Amino acid sequence: MNKRFDIAVIGGGAVGLAILRRLAMSGLSCVLLEKGADILSGASKGNSALLHTGFDAPAKSLELQCMKAGYAEYLAIRQALNLPLLETGAVVTAWSPEDFAALEAIVTKAHANGITDVKRLTPTELRMREHQLSKQALGGVLVPGEHVIDAWSAPLAYAHQAIAHGAVILRNTHVLQAKFVNEEWHLAGISARIVINAAGLYGDHVEALARPSPFTIHPRKGQFVVFDKPAAKLVRSIILPVPNERTKGVVLFRTIYGNLAIGPTAEDTDERETPSTDSATLQTLRSRALEMLPALKNINVTAVYAGLRPATERKDYIIEALPDQNWITVSGIRSTGLTGSLGIAQYVAKLYAKNFGKLPKKPPTPILTPVPNLAEHAIRPYMKGGEIVCHCEWVTRGEIETACSGPLPAGNLGGVKRRTRALMGRCQGYYCGAEVTSIFAKAGHGKP
Amino acid sequence: MENHDVIIIGAGPAGLAAAICLQENGVKDVVVLEREWQAGGAPRHCGHYGFGWESHRRMTTGPKFAARMTNAASGIDIRTATTVLEFTMRNALRVHSSKGIYDMSAKRIILATGTREQTGAARFIGGRRLSQVMNSGTLQQHVYLKNQKPFLRPAIIGNEWVTFSALMTCKHAGIKPIGIFAEELKLDVPWFFPMGAGLRYGVPTHTNAKLVSINGQSHVESIEIERKGKRTVVECDGVILTGKFQAEVSLLAARRAMPPFSAVMPAQAAMPIFENASQVQAEARMRETDDIRILGNARGTVYTAGRCVVEARNAAEALVKELR
Repeated sequence: MNKRFDIAVIGGGAVGLAILRRLAMSGLSCVLLEKGADILSGASKGNSALLHTGFDAPAKSLELQCMKAGYAEYLAIRQALNLPLLETGAVVTAWSPEDFAALEAIVTKAHANGITDVKRLTPTELRMREHQLSKQALGGVLVPGEHVIDAWSAPLAYAHQAIAHGAVILRNTHVLQAKFVNEEWHLAGISARIVINAAGLYGDHVEALARPSPFTIHPRKGQFVVFDKPAAKLVRSIILPVPNERTKGVVLFRTIYGNLAIGPTAEDTDERETPSTDSATLQTLRSRALEMLPALKNINVTAVYAGLRPATERKDYIIEALPDQNWITVSGIRSTGLTGSLGIAQYVAKLYAKNFGKLPKKPPTPILTPVPNLAEHAIRPYMKGGEIVCHCEWVTRGEIETACSGPLPAGNLGGVKRRTRALMGRCQGYYCGAEVTSIFAKAGHGKP
Repeated sequence: MENHDVIIIGAGPAGLAAAICLQENGVKDVVVLEREWQAGGAPRHCGHYGFGWESHRRMTTGPKFAARMTNAASGIDIRTATTVLEFTMRNALRVHSSKGIYDMSAKRIILATGTREQTGAARFIGGRRLSQVMNSGTLQQHVYLKNQKPFLRPAIIGNEWVTFSALMTCKHAGIKPIGIFAEELKLDVPWFFPMGAGLRYGVPTHTNAKLVSINGQSHVESIEIERKGKRTVVECDGVILTGKFQAEVSLLAARRAMPPFSAVMPAQAAMPIFENASQVQAEARMRETDDIRILGNARGTVYTAGRCVVEARNAAEALVKELR
């Protein structure tokens, strides 16, 4: 392996991978350093996987700019890369008179943000659209452009496309030290002209390698409860609450895997590694879901999970170049990072061109690396035969073997799960846990 | 579309017993669909003794019992590695096999899809999702089918027969549990079970001890137990969640989107539902109609394999009369 690169990206989350893809496709030589055994093992692992329009983002913010650009690019490339999209739309739902009074302002703000198809729903229209919703719903705002995507296959596609364009992804590579000598960074056994800090939950620690970090990561935990598949038929849209200053609130949403989920909570925490759930909060979430959608009471819980958002003391994204240190900071990417990632990557490419020299004039023709489909509503591999190993999610042996091979094989069992849906279903591995573990172990790319 | 007299979903003790009984009594056109590679059902991975008394008046191990049932069914069309995807009509199924997807129908469809233990997620246990947390059924598969040892000093959670069966699985694999923890005040097993666990295996049993969280970053490091309002942390390297069985009837639950079925309860459906049967199970039972029957532990029971066989035979005999 060549050990000298133009760019070293620290952090293999959705944002780091989108940046890696953009710069590799621009013709730069890139490496990505990820501390985990697999990509997507930090903040990108547990979120709600929604494609946001930015209708409620702070006006004129960098976040809004990146979300809109990211949204547009996702739709533009999704067919070529086989990225899933479940077009649901969203309804911001008022559950109290105060909520109801705030609806008009939401429409006004959405229009000011350039999302012009956002409109009020009369109570009757709301009832017609979502007839299973509790009678306590007083009214709503329809946001037709909010959709459900998949948190895992899109960043994986970015990773594969980056690799196809010559990028190198190093996992189990923890950057603890870095030296900047003669306009070149030396870190983790490689050297690079420019370092991009996309370290998510450890953004402040990594920033300290270049300068005393002007921001601190204050992780915000979100817990989720996922209901079994029959629940997904109960709603059509994403049911959003009226947001407050701090959080977008608890959302009821269909998942790309054909389930229905509720979450996230917003809890300040010191945890930066795998966050934990707690049973009281999960109970509360389930009760809240039942209040909104009474028919859920007969439906079992399939899974629970928690994720962390790398919030900082600032409200907006922090994306800036330090020209003297050959460094680009990409931090404080909170809950909108999955939508924003492609837009963030565009912005970073511009920052690079402005501060560190022009991007190659003629970028190479994009090499397409479509990912296997994980979406329940699209054609899935089992439909063409094969042997089903995961009986809840109908995952075939071929899919699991593919996930354990190729240029970026799953680095742990979680990676297999993220790439295939195996172990994610209602039995949580009761039936196929042992079999999936042995397929993974046989491939020999890591410890389960 | 393929059409048969009877399609049985699940080649476990109940499904096989019903198939054998139907054939013996002249209903020849019977197909059994099994999603695993092998017929036999859950006993295949229950390596311990205690199978077959009610049905064959002989005690044997799970795998031997499964083999006996499978041999007795040797003349029957059993399609392994075949998954039922959904009901397309009240008497028709969409089925997946290595060859692809096809539809089949029958005069009667029998669900003998068994039961499984409630997952950690559905129990709302706090903590992280760690791979050393599993149900006893999964542990059995690791130990008896794959020869894997997922942990060395796990905690066993539960108060049922299967809780002590998990202890035997551990012993078989050379795993030494740190203790059995039951949330309930009383155990649902004979008094000599916990005594035997203590005296013979040196594993203490704690009642009124509720598991509140599982701690550890990348692997299980300890569990937190609440007892009389007091919380204590106990070190261990794995957690076995046993019992709280739920009938695996998601095939029926998925039918919600379809037109309602007549909720006729056939005569032999009057078996008791266990108290721990969830609402979904109760509802599935309500949806049992003349064309669709549920047999074995998919009815929400937690009976021994032998008892499932006996009851499946009885139900099959009743079905023979109907089909004549």
